[in-house]
Amino acid sequence: MSRPLLLCALGLAAAIVYPLLVPNYLVNVGMLIFFTAFIGQSWNIAGGFAGQTSFGHVVFFGTGAYTSTILQVTYGWNPWLAWPVATAMGGVVGWMIAVLSFRAGLRGSYFALITLAFAEVFRILANSVSFTKGGLGMLIKADQRPINFQFKDPIWIYYLALLLCIVSLLVAWHLTRSRFGARLIAIRENEDAARALGIDVFAEKVKVLTLSGAMCAAGGTFYAQKYLYIDPWIAFGVDKSVEMLLVSMVGGAGTIFGPLIGSFTLMGINEVTRALASVVPAFKNVQPLSLVVYGIMLILIVARLPNGLMGLFARKPRNA
Amino acid sequence: MLEVRELSKSFGGLKAVDRASLDVKPGEIVGLIGPNGAGKTTLFAAIAGFHRPDAGTVVFEGKPITGLPPHRICAAGMVRTFQITQPFASISVRENIMVGAYHQTADRKRAMQEAESVAEMVGMTDQLDQRGADLTVAGRKRLELARALATGPRLLLLDEVMAGLNPTEIVEIVGVIKDIRQAGVTILLIEHVMQAVTSLAERVYVLNQGRMIAEGTPAAIADDPQVVEAYLGHGAAKVLRA
Repeated sequence: MSRPLLLCALGLAAAIVYPLLVPNYLVNVGMLIFFTAFIGQSWNIAGGFAGQTSFGHVVFFGTGAYTSTILQVTYGWNPWLAWPVATAMGGVVGWMIAVLSFRAGLRGSYFALITLAFAEVFRILANSVSFTKGGLGMLIKADQRPINFQFKDPIWIYYLALLLCIVSLLVAWHLTRSRFGARLIAIRENEDAARALGIDVFAEKVKVLTLSGAMCAAGGTFYAQKYLYIDPWIAFGVDKSVEMLLVSMVGGAGTIFGPLIGSFTLMGINEVTRALASVVPAFKNVQPLSLVVYGIMLILIVARLPNGLMGLFARKPRNA
Repeated sequence: MLEVRELSKSFGGLKAVDRASLDVKPGEIVGLIGPNGAGKTTLFAAIAGFHRPDAGTVVFEGKPITGLPPHRICAAGMVRTFQITQPFASISVRENIMVGAYHQTADRKRAMQEAESVAEMVGMTDQLDQRGADLTVAGRKRLELARALATGPRLLLLDEVMAGLNPTEIVEIVGVIKDIRQAGVTILLIEHVMQAVTSLAERVYVLNQGRMIAEGTPAAIADDPQVVEAYLGHGAAKVLRA
């Protein structure tokens, strides 16, 4: 067995055993790590691999969360059935945003800003139309049975998050070894050269945003089922977009394990600072302290480690 | 193989290419020369789909391809390189060339084999694991060539693959280009290095201020007073005639 494969197997074994050994609170933290890694990976596929940086990825997250919740609450669907529909809706929204912005030739920061604008429009719409119950938000009736996508024991939602995370890692792994992935990287590196080499840049970008949107929407449904409540700010708030972008950048955008490592790091900081704030009186008024640390980390990473924490492990490029 | 007829392209008031025509026959190496700003690169870009021509037609192997997007033209069997090299900087030379090779196959193994055999052809075998960004100018020029070649074209448009190279490197790349033609790829090249043009091209077109002012063998071109006046100068013309 090769070394990376061995490491993966060990990591997986640890992740499976972990919730059996720790209290519920820490199971929950683990669940959040894998869940954030999953939605971070959805960002990473478009933003990291294909270089289509989005500031508004939450638009897909919220689409997924609202689609499954509305189907469930308003139309009485089973959430397991609503899940694939929500995922597909995320894909549709991704496709739509991609076609509109890439047809118009938006690139780089313009694309990033247009995604932010889409997310804000969706948030405002969710706040004002009646079928989302506006600013009141939507409550999913608690009925903790697995058939309802609700679990009494947090270990099951933990394992589900782990499974999502593994699926997202496999998607990213596939990108590093397939023609589709090679084309995405070529587009990120140099669009003109990619076009000259026969790549239909527009079509590939639309494809990747569709995939990314679908994945992110699947995360939205998961989130809604976990907390049983969504409102426009939870579903479409800009902080989730930032979180997805941040875990990828911190861990290493365009790498398979970047979002997972980033999520692990940020959640770790989150827990440590929370503990610190409750112990050290001087930090009491710095709320939340984690944001301050995030900021400092981001500055350090951008300045010192442009490839994120994964850059620490990357093999040194051979010199001629 | 390639027939360009009365192609025009303007930017604002400037006529970059003005009713230019040229032909390339299968198996040829054809040169396109002219002073700086003559419109050579614009003509290339208009042929290869990067600029939509204002007027005129481009026919490749009997099929009209005027105004098609670059990826469709590449699929038809014609591919261009860039004068200002455009490597995929953060990935290896092998992966760079594989992007081209994936045009022929979706299979990773086959793309990798193709990339390695193309690398051998252009003399980059030793650099396969280097990052695109770490290459020298000569390396980048070869990479441009290799990636384009890996798409499996029948016609290659080379935009100044020798600019910025030293004499030894030029001799090497001239050899590579001859090998490529030997392998059955037709070549149209823009070049400033006159020795290279004379040793490679059977025919040469001369573009000046967007217009085609002469066409013929390198020796005949050197005798054309219009060409000498516009581009070569009397010294270079003497070299070409020799």
